[in-house]
Amino acid sequence: MLELSLHILDIVNNSIRAEADLIYISIKESIDDNLLQISISDNGCGMDSQFLENVTDPFRTTRTTRKVGMGLSLFQSAARNAGGDLVVRSEKHVGTTVEASFIYNHIDRQPMGDMAETLVTLISGNDTIDFVYSHIINQNKFVFDTREIKQLLGEKICLGNPEIVLWLKEYIHEGLNKISL
Amino acid sequence: MKSLAELEAIKNKIKNQVEVRKDRDENTIRIIVGMATCGIASGARPVLSALVNEVGARGLLHVTVAQTGCIGLCRLEPIVEVITPGKEKVTYVKMTEEKARRIIAEHIVNGNIVTEYTIGAIKE
Repeated sequence: MLELSLHILDIVNNSIRAEADLIYISIKESIDDNLLQISISDNGCGMDSQFLENVTDPFRTTRTTRKVGMGLSLFQSAARNAGGDLVVRSEKHVGTTVEASFIYNHIDRQPMGDMAETLVTLISGNDTIDFVYSHIINQNKFVFDTREIKQLLGEKICLGNPEIVLWLKEYIHEGLNKISL
Repeated sequence: MKSLAELEAIKNKIKNQVEVRKDRDENTIRIIVGMATCGIASGARPVLSALVNEVGARGLLHVTVAQTGCIGLCRLEPIVEVITPGKEKVTYVKMTEEKARRIIAEHIVNGNIVTEYTIGAIKE
């Protein structure tokens, strides 16, 4: 993947497949500590300790079209290439948390990329799932919670509606621009 | 500046449109984009985005755009499937944003399949 936002899109799809209906995506860019941390936490079906043991191994997968699942493996490589690592915690019937860390100014640390597009892709394609997005850059924070948006829109309006999608994308872009340097 | 007030306005505008869609299910054209790791890595996100934007811009109320997992033809990703009721499914492969826009214009709006982008056109 060329951007970290694409890895995030990929890993959140794992949460969706695990039937999560509430997914937390947190990004913390700490330029002072030279550290980038990404956390994806869900309330999906979780994994037992046996499956969890080698979960980042591409051959450890629940997929049926292939015997290989590359998502976690690729994300871990991206983290390790940038002097960081990836950790997965999970509890069956409770949920899973994937945490990746990167040395912020590492020459091989991929750019964050377009988080607004990743979020909008997730939100518009998964109307029944709630996402809570929190992005911190040094001391500045942007939070986006689909539950608030849904409350405002009411039950009848689908978040996949093109006008809503456009509004979401621009709203998130603006929010992120405000906290950026 | 985007504001929640603006979202409220969009909501009121859409509320009136919702009634129009009641019978869209039998006539709905479904566009499905592969969004597994293979798809994302090869550029499916902008393809999906282009499709959603075009459908929205052209006001195609009888068209839905959805995401799916691995279709099983990873080397040909990004893949877009077009399912029109009563017709054979069309599978477009190696998609790009420009191809997506062309498919909306020629296939979805005018009914002409863009054969050169389909899986049938791929030489082994």
